Amino acid sequence: MAKKLPKVDVVLVGVGWAGGIIAAELTKQGLQVVGLERGKERKTEDYFMVHDELRYAYRYELFQDLSKETVTFRSNEKVRALPMRQYGSFLLGDGLGGAGVHWNGQTYRFLPYDFEIYSQTIERYGKNKIPAGMTIQDWGITYDQLEPYFDKFEKMAGISGEENPLGGKRSDKYPTPPMKYSPQMKMFQDATKKLNLHPYATPSANLSEAYTNPDGIARTACQYCGFCERFGCEYGAKADPVVTVIPVANKTGKFQIRTHSYVRRILHTGNKATGVLYTDVTTGEEIEQPADIVVLTSYVFNNVRLLLNSKLGRPYDPKTGTGVIGKNYAYQVQKGNALGFYERMEFNNFAGAGALGVTIDDYNGDNFDHSNLNFIHGGGIRISQTGKRPIASNSVPKGTPTWGKEFKANSIKYYNRTLSVSGQGASMPFRHHYLDLDPEYKDVFGDPLIRLTFDFEEQDRQLAAFLAERCGDIMKEMGADTIQVAKDLGPYDIVPYQSTHNTGGVIMGASPETSAINNYGQLWDAENVFVVGASSFPHNSGYNPTGTVGALSYRAADGIIKYSKNGGMLV
Amino acid sequence: MSIQNEEESKEQNPSSVTRRKFLKNTGYVVGGAILGGIVGNLIGKPVQQNNPTEAAGPATDYNQALMFFTIEQFRTVEAATERIFPADELGPGAKDLGVAYFIDHQLSGDWGFNSRDYMQGPFYKGEAVQGYQGRLKRREIFDIALQEMNNYSHTKYQKKFYELTAEQQDEVLTAFQNDEVKITTISPSGFFDTLRSATIQGVYADPLYGGNRNMDGWKMKNFPGNQMAYTDIIESEKFAKIPPKSLKDHVQH
Repeated sequence: MAKKLPKVDVVLVGVGWAGGIIAAELTKQGLQVVGLERGKERKTEDYFMVHDELRYAYRYELFQDLSKETVTFRSNEKVRALPMRQYGSFLLGDGLGGAGVHWNGQTYRFLPYDFEIYSQTIERYGKNKIPAGMTIQDWGITYDQLEPYFDKFEKMAGISGEENPLGGKRSDKYPTPPMKYSPQMKMFQDATKKLNLHPYATPSANLSEAYTNPDGIARTACQYCGFCERFGCEYGAKADPVVTVIPVANKTGKFQIRTHSYVRRILHTGNKATGVLYTDVTTGEEIEQPADIVVLTSYVFNNVRLLLNSKLGRPYDPKTGTGVIGKNYAYQVQKGNALGFYERMEFNNFAGAGALGVTIDDYNGDNFDHSNLNFIHGGGIRISQTGKRPIASNSVPKGTPTWGKEFKANSIKYYNRTLSVSGQGASMPFRHHYLDLDPEYKDVFGDPLIRLTFDFEEQDRQLAAFLAERCGDIMKEMGADTIQVAKDLGPYDIVPYQSTHNTGGVIMGASPETSAINNYGQLWDAENVFVVGASSFPHNSGYNPTGTVGALSYRAADGIIKYSKNGGMLV
Repeated sequence: MSIQNEEESKEQNPSSVTRRKFLKNTGYVVGGAILGGIVGNLIGKPVQQNNPTEAAGPATDYNQALMFFTIEQFRTVEAATERIFPADELGPGAKDLGVAYFIDHQLSGDWGFNSRDYMQGPFYKGEAVQGYQGRLKRREIFDIALQEMNNYSHTKYQKKFYELTAEQQDEVLTAFQNDEVKITTISPSGFFDTLRSATIQGVYADPLYGGNRNMDGWKMKNFPGNQMAYTDIIESEKFAKIPPKSLKDHVQH
């Protein structure tokens, strides 16, 4: 028998960006919120020894322990899905702050086009532009509706940036000026301007200067130490939930965080949730936490898995295309890049920050004509100076052996003599790309793992090849002596790291027929359940997702506050 | 590269090596965190001929003992990693960087036991894109693979791997890399890839793990290691050659 606790107003499953934002906003309004976090507490002091590439980047210090839980993967339904036994393609967050702790801080807004992708594609190119099986749909919200929430997220996090000439309209400028421009960034800026493109400093959560946000949270400026992605910030300069929204929630006295609390089921009767059942992983005890409102704020995979394991919502069926939970899994086309070798120049590549860079959006979204192209959407193209670390960075010219004397000489020589321009391609959903429960493999509690069925499509291959060519043109303009262009996408392979931008599975939309949640994140099938995160994206854009996750989290907070007063469906 | 070579030759200066080893040794004995300041005060002072540590014999790096490998396995790994990352005019190779000790120490812990990997069955042979699907742990793979490397060397050259010439060792490694060795229990190329990446890690990980001795891996690559800030150089056109610091630096004061 599970121990039953007194009821609270709201229970959150997972305390990362989405959970932290919602906790801060709800507790400010006086709601009693419990945040259940499966991992441990995290704080800035933890990162005293953070400049350790082996521990954090190669032994995955901050990530989910795969021995307890992983995902299974197959390329298509004809193949048996097998567990991701070791890390590769993406890295799953864990602990207080979640993936918000180990991100780079690149904070874009999705384009107005993204939110109306289906209508705008049809309008400009006709129905035939959308290939068979591609299940793009409008998001049930417009960029203009979401704009105030983007603004709110950027001010909370102190995003450092300058206006994107090709982005959506802004109600206000970024709260802090752009990061410093390194010589490498200036080369990219000059080259893209010469090519009549529109460069802008990558919007950064690393903080270009000391900043106090509207909640009164003060943070110091980034020191460009070069340890962001896969690492926590020892200065608290990089915005993460632990140094921004969680202290605000804590200060209200209305927020209780319970770490080591692994939520296993949403409890529900009729079409309402009554609370959640979780395991205290330190004691093994099962505990029931009743609540008026349940909010799922874990990562994509666990938002979907928890709904399916709880038998809440209608599971997606790829055969009929009906059902919604698990639908429209999408990823990122991380191929399409150009590596430039410089014989006469040396760069301070070891210095950097997670979001230090310059971006162009000329080939992103529908900012360019697709009439004669065999794909839709596009990708951001950037130079990123995240700080080259020596285990990870061993670029050598083509033809160099992968080991031995020549490898050693070239990997050392070119360590600070290479620059990279790369595309971050959008990922369109397809009918046969989805998430469901694995029939065979279980987690440490005996619950089914989530099963991922996904592969790259012709759309993705065309996009990668297109972006690669553009990257090559820019690199040429940047004066590299030798350029290697990577344009062949190949099949989706879970082994090499690509991107932790997994999206979809609990998607938002205007109709319960085609989506799982409305534009407040409210589950169509249970009005007191909200599901927040990149799981709500009907497709993934050519950007890092966190800016849009942040905006949708503020939107959901508004919805939950409204719901707590009046009840009922909000849309 | 000329400056790097100068640094290398400095490191080969006997008195500087002795001082370094002395400091390392003392750090172990007294515990860096508490008495680091005292150790720090010794830096820059000439090492005296009648120094008691000197008199007691050559300084010892207590980290250089084995947690997992047998001596024969150790010699095999030391020889193999040296071929992957050989000593040359740029600086030391894997052997002098302590890479074999690094791998030994790693195999004795979480990484060797695959503690944080999903190791539950059932085990099926998968597609390449599904990644490693074996039931063996890294330490078990090393046990088998090192034995097989010596078997293969013996069949071909009637010698242990570490007794072969450099060219013969390269041939054996290449045979493993290209799956030209017939082994049923493990993937030769899978092992080679693990050995190669572990070598790179041992060359460039913080010296606290037993490799990258004296930060020489970083020095060759002009990587400054553990620095708190690059605000002064981030906008600079000039390449900054910064003497590296290790994490040890954080517990010495």
